[in-house]
Amino acid sequence: MQNYELMVIFTPVLSEEEFKLAQKKYVDFITAGDGSIVHSNPWGLKSLAYPVQKKTTGIYWVMEYVAPSNMNEKLKIQLLRDEQVLRHIVIKLDKYAVEYNKRKRSGVPTGNEKAVEV
Amino acid sequence: MAKANEIKYLTAIKAEKPRKKFCRFKKYGIRYVDYKDAEFLKKFLNEQGKMLPRRITGNSLKFQRKVSEAIKRARQLALLPYVTDLFK
Repeated sequence: MQNYELMVIFTPVLSEEEFKLAQKKYVDFITAGDGSIVHSNPWGLKSLAYPVQKKTTGIYWVMEYVAPSNMNEKLKIQLLRDEQVLRHIVIKLDKYAVEYNKRKRSGVPTGNEKAVEV
Repeated sequence: MAKANEIKYLTAIKAEKPRKKFCRFKKYGIRYVDYKDAEFLKKFLNEQGKMLPRRITGNSLKFQRKVSEAIKRARQLALLPYVTDLFK
C-alpha cells in the first residue's frame, strides 16, 4: 500500500455540485479498489499560468490517498477518459513528503518558511 | 597617461566580500520540496521563468534536483509558467 497524491485540474465551467460530483466519483473509485483517502483538498477556481485547452482558469483539486500499486493504472484510464479533466498528475509520496503533508495540514510549521528569506 | 596603479580614487574601492552561499535545505533541515508551493519555487526562477543554476541558488546537488523536479511538475500543472516576461 503506497501513499500517492493526485492533483487534478477540472474545466472552469463546472458548477459547484458538478465539481463535488466529480470529486466523489474518483474518491469512490479509489475506495472501491480497496484504497483509502487520507485527505482531499479542493483549491477551487484558480487562474492558470498559461492557457490549457484554450482555457485560462481551472478548478484545482488535490487528494492524498493510500492505494495498492496496481490501482493507478486503472485510475489513469478513468482520468484520461473524463473530458472534464484538463490535466492530472499522480505522485508517489516518500516518507518525507507524507510527513510534510501531515505537518502542513495540522498547522505545524513545516520548516519551509524558514528557507524563504534567503 | 596615468598608469593603472597610479590612479588614486577619492574613496577606497570596497571589494564587496561575496556572501558565503549555503544550501538552505541542508541548513534548515528541509527534506521535501513541495511542487504545489509556487511562491517558494519562484525563488529559484529568474524573470523569464527559467530555472536558476546551482552556482546562483547555492543549493546542493541533491536538493537542486528535487527543486528542478518540483518546478517541472508545477509547470506541468500550470502553477508556474514555462516562459514569461518579468513576472514576480
